[in-house]
Amino acid sequence: MVLQQQKLKLLSAQKGHQLLKKKSDALGVKFRQILGQILEAKNKMVDLLKTASFSMAEVKYTAGEIRHTVTENVTTVTSTKVRMRSENIAGVLLPVFEVLQEGNNAQEAAGLGRGGQKIQQCRDKHMEAVTHLVKLASLQTAFAALDEVIKITNRRVNALEYVIIPRVEGHIHYIESEMSEMEREEFFRLKKVQNVKKRRAIEQAAAEARQLALEAAAPAAEGGAGAAASGMMKRAADEDVVV
Amino acid sequence: MSKQAIRSGNLLIAVIGEPDTVTGMLLAGMGNLDAQRNSNFLVVEQNTPRDVIEEAFHRFTRRNDIGILLINQHIADLIRPLLDDYDQNVPTILEIPGVHTPYDSSKDAILKRAHRLTSSAHER
Repeated sequence: MVLQQQKLKLLSAQKGHQLLKKKSDALGVKFRQILGQILEAKNKMVDLLKTASFSMAEVKYTAGEIRHTVTENVTTVTSTKVRMRSENIAGVLLPVFEVLQEGNNAQEAAGLGRGGQKIQQCRDKHMEAVTHLVKLASLQTAFAALDEVIKITNRRVNALEYVIIPRVEGHIHYIESEMSEMEREEFFRLKKVQNVKKRRAIEQAAAEARQLALEAAAPAAEGGAGAAASGMMKRAADEDVVV
Repeated sequence: MSKQAIRSGNLLIAVIGEPDTVTGMLLAGMGNLDAQRNSNFLVVEQNTPRDVIEEAFHRFTRRNDIGILLINQHIADLIRPLLDDYDQNVPTILEIPGVHTPYDSSKDAILKRAHRLTSSAHER
């Protein structure tokens, strides 16, 4: 009964181990993919930001310091935002960012005075960089999330492989050894009972033989007595007849 | 996975950076002031003290309407211990090269881990 339970447990543990192993492998593939993409994206980001800051230098040259105007122009309305949604990869929710443009850019007015074109260029360059940065950010988040999930999965795989499965196997082994021990005991007991029975049978046979021998002797004695009695009776009858 | 509920909807991008970087990002239209007129960016000058940066970092990472935090790498170096302890998924922290400082990928926390992983993968 318990043995069956343990065997089932072992079976499901092995199944679970297989499945988790597969999951971990699948995540690992995805993980390495993302890793490659991150490295690529980082390199691209460096280039994009370099051009962006170069165009900023151009702006400075043509339009002078625009920093204060730009900072002053910031309002509660934000035109560039990111939207976050979750993507499901092998049962793991990964956040994904997307650039979201809405409303008018509050910085439209910047550069009306001087250097409008350069500022426009600079804005476009930075926009491009931001788009790329957002992409990189979602890759990076996915990377961190996947890393954690892979760790957890590997921990589970190892727990199953090195702790739970050996333990259940130990239980099964123990139960089986205990059962075969019981079987041997039972066998031994049966033998013993058989022996006792045999001895009793022999004793009984011997007793019966003695009994038979006694009985064989007894009728002879009884017969003698009876014969004497009948002889006596005969004699009495005889005497009667005689009388 | 982080215990906090995954934020959804439209999130802001925050910046901690040198004047040029911040100006560029603001030009791209990601500046924001909330009802208390708190901005989502911090301009770090040569003489900005480190606790101001640290305070801004805490404020931005605690706000739940920020999805991505951009930070110049040489500024990130100033508060490196904070970044190393940071374990939230969102806001995602992204180190970007500064205007005058080249990007050093060996300092980036994620890339460090990536290099470790790839090198261990090669050893295997």
